[in-house]
Amino acid sequence: MISVLALDPAWWQQTFLIKVPIGLLAVLLPAGTIVYLYLFKAVSFMQSRLGPMEAGPYGSMQLLAEVGKWLQKEDIFPTKADKFVFAAAPFVVLMSTFLLVVIIPAGPDAMFVNLDAGIYFAMAVSSVSVIGILMAGWASANKYSLLGGIRAAGQLIAYELPLILAVVGVVIQAGTMNMQGIVLAQAEGEILGWGGIGNPFILTQFIGFFIFMVAVQAELTQAPFDMPVAESELVTGYLTEYSGIRFLLFFIGEFASAGVFSAIAAVLFFGGWYIPGIDPANDIFNVIGPLILAGKMMVIAFLIFWFRFTFPRFREDQLQRLAWKFLIPLSLANIALTGVLKVVV
Amino acid sequence: MVSTESEQMAYIAAQAADARVNVEVETDEGMTLNLGPQHPATHGTLRIIAKLDGEKVVAAEPIMGYMHRGYEKLTEVRTYPQVTTLVNRIDWLGSFANEVPFILAAEQLMEVEAPPRAQWIRTLLFELSRIANISLFLGDMAVQVGATTPVFYAFRDREFVLNQIERVTGGRFHPNFDRIGGLKDDLPKGWIEETGSVIGKMRDFCDEMEELVLGNEIFQARTRGIGVIPPNVALGYGLSGANLRASGVDWDIRRDANVGLVYDEIDWKVWTHPDGDSFSRFWVRLQETREACNIIEQLLGGIPAGPIMAKVPRIIKVPPGEAYVATENPLGEMGFYIVSQGDLTPFRVKIRSASFSNMSITPWLLQGVFVPDIISILASLYFILGDIDR
Repeated sequence: MISVLALDPAWWQQTFLIKVPIGLLAVLLPAGTIVYLYLFKAVSFMQSRLGPMEAGPYGSMQLLAEVGKWLQKEDIFPTKADKFVFAAAPFVVLMSTFLLVVIIPAGPDAMFVNLDAGIYFAMAVSSVSVIGILMAGWASANKYSLLGGIRAAGQLIAYELPLILAVVGVVIQAGTMNMQGIVLAQAEGEILGWGGIGNPFILTQFIGFFIFMVAVQAELTQAPFDMPVAESELVTGYLTEYSGIRFLLFFIGEFASAGVFSAIAAVLFFGGWYIPGIDPANDIFNVIGPLILAGKMMVIAFLIFWFRFTFPRFREDQLQRLAWKFLIPLSLANIALTGVLKVVV
Repeated sequence: MVSTESEQMAYIAAQAADARVNVEVETDEGMTLNLGPQHPATHGTLRIIAKLDGEKVVAAEPIMGYMHRGYEKLTEVRTYPQVTTLVNRIDWLGSFANEVPFILAAEQLMEVEAPPRAQWIRTLLFELSRIANISLFLGDMAVQVGATTPVFYAFRDREFVLNQIERVTGGRFHPNFDRIGGLKDDLPKGWIEETGSVIGKMRDFCDEMEELVLGNEIFQARTRGIGVIPPNVALGYGLSGANLRASGVDWDIRRDANVGLVYDEIDWKVWTHPDGDSFSRFWVRLQETREACNIIEQLLGGIPAGPIMAKVPRIIKVPPGEAYVATENPLGEMGFYIVSQGDLTPFRVKIRSASFSNMSITPWLLQGVFVPDIISILASLYFILGDIDR
């Protein structure tokens, strides 16, 4: 295919094409299952219930059961729906999630693609999901879906900005946009001349972390920012008309992007695959790095879901006010402070 | 907002004149959103037609009757003891409370009075069903504004109260326990002590809800100043119960027009709130649940000895006449107007249910609010669909 088009792709593009499908199968499926089960169980215990118990020991096969269930269901298209757009929307959302995965480093060499502008790529790709949601909302030919889609678009645009501005602080401190470089900057950093535990950016960028988490919560359309799917108002918003496999794709995309954004937060603020005590150049990180990253990711994913199942939902106008009047000024102040300190210290 | 009484009456008259505003017709000006009859927020089959401009409601109209079961007519072919089975199903969350006004009205016609012990236990079960009803509201309101977890706590703790009701009556949902002239059975052994500990658990539940829901900043942002009902409007639309008291009107049938229950003999308080918004409706109901705990504790300590059934004939024939008795049910004023012609069955029964009257304010209240506020306002008005469509 590549030779037919007479293109000469760069080395990372070639490996990209090979690595991604294999990586998705080998990494995402088991990781997704574990994260999904962990979150389901955590949420169930928060709500004083047992959670999945029937499928496999302690419900460990629940994801299989659910996928099986959704695959069997009829894939319904509403009569007035824009068929092509309706069918394509879940794939656009899922694609945005999966493209995020490729830039997350899980060890010194254990990563799909080592982009120089890694975090920049992540921020750009994560915005694509808005298009998918807007497509779903518009193509469903349903008023609830339309309201949900428009809400989603307004909300995601409002929160894209604080998300990026929160990351800028980290980028200034690390001096690079490369994800691997951000991990190494934290691993090799020093706190006031003491390098015992490296310098995880959560210590200096805690404001950035706070803004990042709030923006991620909105980006994932989870409570307290779940107006696009607000089940008590809009039935399920842009998901209302979806059923069967396409609903499953949206559903997986929701949990998967919660996991992926937690992983990005772990890389940016908690040192990614690095733990203190071992030389970051050590090859052992290629083996234990993914596990360390998964552990950090689960802690952050727990935070996301803790907020999700505790807080009520904002109203759309209150959400916009929070983004434009509070988060963006705060993140700009954070950038200014970080910049000044970077030069002075 | 309509302020003076004459303006308000003129508004109500205009509404009545073109009841069935043409909101069902699509126009170029905005979108018509059909909330229900199948919609997650209406917990039942209520339908709201809302005309929107963006996300702002221009006009809204509730359509009721999708679950009409004809209970008023059905009572005409049931004997008096059989009617309690039907009225149980009106407000299904606090079922026992439905039986009380009917039985009291029938007793009034027959000139029978239940013995003191029966009256005390009646009051006790009445307040227990109030907790069973309102505790679910406290969780449900949180769900409607978007918090998922509190409703699970509400269901978990409500179970204790339902267990206590079940141990006395044999029915968790539909006790069918009240009889003309008294009660079906006495309290089981050890029940009083158990209920005492359950009341402790419900107090903890109220504290938990206060911290988890009422104290939450987002909840307050969503409910404070939303859906404000001034006192005169509340009275004009015939609101009752906590909705009325949340508008600052100090009216409680238990205190002001008590019939046949023992509220006069204990020490308790009626809670009101001056604001009249969604938040104050939640607050008043939370305080009422606590007050119900107080009432039950006092009642548990003072149940007099004696029979639980007055002398009534085996076959109940109610002498000709008319009677209306209303009680302060969990949802508000619930009254039964019974017309008897001396038969085994009532000649005509009119049920005044609280939710039906409370819903009548929605077209006025929902004007100019946002779509999310429709849900939070409806949730704070708190209706049970069985109570709207009898």
